[in-house]
Amino acid sequence: MSIRHGLLALLERGQMYGYQLRAAFEESTGSTWPLNIGQVYTTLARLERDGLVRPLPENESGQRPYEITDAGRADLAMWFATPISRADRPRDELSIKLALALTTPGVDVRAVVQTQRTATMRALQEFTRLKYTSDKPEDLPWRLVLDAMIFQTEAEVRWLDHCETSLVRHRPAPIRAVDHPEAVDRAGDEARR
Amino acid sequence: MDPIDGVLELRDVRRTHGTGEAAVHALRGVSLTVRAGELVAVMGPSGSGKSTLLALAGGLDRPTSGEVVVEGEALVGLSARELARLRRRRIGYVFQDLNLLGSLTAVENVALPLELDGAGVRAARQSALDALREVDLEDLADRFPDQMSGGQQQRVAIARALVGERRLVLADEPTGALDSQTGEAVLHLLRRRVDAGAAGVLVTHEARHAGWADRVVFLRDGVMVDSTAPLIGVDHLLSGSLR
Repeated sequence: MSIRHGLLALLERGQMYGYQLRAAFEESTGSTWPLNIGQVYTTLARLERDGLVRPLPENESGQRPYEITDAGRADLAMWFATPISRADRPRDELSIKLALALTTPGVDVRAVVQTQRTATMRALQEFTRLKYTSDKPEDLPWRLVLDAMIFQTEAEVRWLDHCETSLVRHRPAPIRAVDHPEAVDRAGDEARR
Repeated sequence: MDPIDGVLELRDVRRTHGTGEAAVHALRGVSLTVRAGELVAVMGPSGSGKSTLLALAGGLDRPTSGEVVVEGEALVGLSARELARLRRRRIGYVFQDLNLLGSLTAVENVALPLELDGAGVRAARQSALDALREVDLEDLADRFPDQMSGGQQQRVAIARALVGERRLVLADEPTGALDSQTGEAVLHLLRRRVDAGAAGVLVTHEARHAGWADRVVFLRDGVMVDSTAPLIGVDHLLSGSLR
């Protein structure tokens, strides 16, 4: 997701100036995505350049509200209608770390798995506690954000359990050192001779 | 830690089935303290010893060595009769298999352990109604189990586990085959009872259920391999950082 679509969605509720946008953005994401005011103004400037928002005259306190344009509304509708592609998400450091742990000599992979599981489980406890204590009807958007985090952490624990089961059955192949490029060149030279 | 604090204490508990080469070591030296107001989840794959741990904690099985102490009373010193009494009065069990009696109504099922313990019919019924109210089932008190949904039956089983003055609640995969919303309601009830001062142990292989606990311990091959730091007293910190 981009901050631009977040801001467009907020402006669809009505005109707002920078600080209002920042507060509303943080409120609707349960502060899981903190924004600084600089990011808000940079994004607004780009949205204005692309014709998706329009600045309004400054109010008496010197704040300049923005409103969404028809083009902005169309862009927002497109965003809601388009699924998020998994390829757009950042690479998962954890899966890469475990893959490397398996092929790095001297690493206790089960210990790596357990350390991660304890940390992930702890995060899951925290999200569950927050959900349990956010039981007012107006907390619904925030509860849904929490649910997403709960399901994601749950999936990670299940994946770690799966890794452990696979490790128990796994008989490691000998770890091969990657051939040194120069050695390969030399071997090639010798073969050619 | 103040010993009176721990409602349940396992001290270096071992449980071995069989002898010699055929011996199976279900638990190999587990120590665990669960305090009043604390819910501890026990996670581990099948065969890790989690159900054995629960059976020992509830006095349904005896350890090969080590001590199980419930509210300051070492179970090893109790006669079979005293142990049965402790189980009826102070320990509540919620199992996947509900064990509700089909010929008794909801309120009769819940009142049964109290009546077995010698309580008068009227007093037992009143306590049972209180427990059914706690799980929001007072209106269905006179229904038979087969006139209730799976989720309602599970709540009756929970009311039976909570009825009276039980201070230790033991749950083994209590959400069973319930759908996720109903399962969550069951965990909510367990959480509420613990928040009201009981000690709880929840055995589960579901991370999402273990998430309701204050502390999660991990069992592997009869040994506790790790534990999360207690969640107690971090609420303000959480809301500060995340919200």
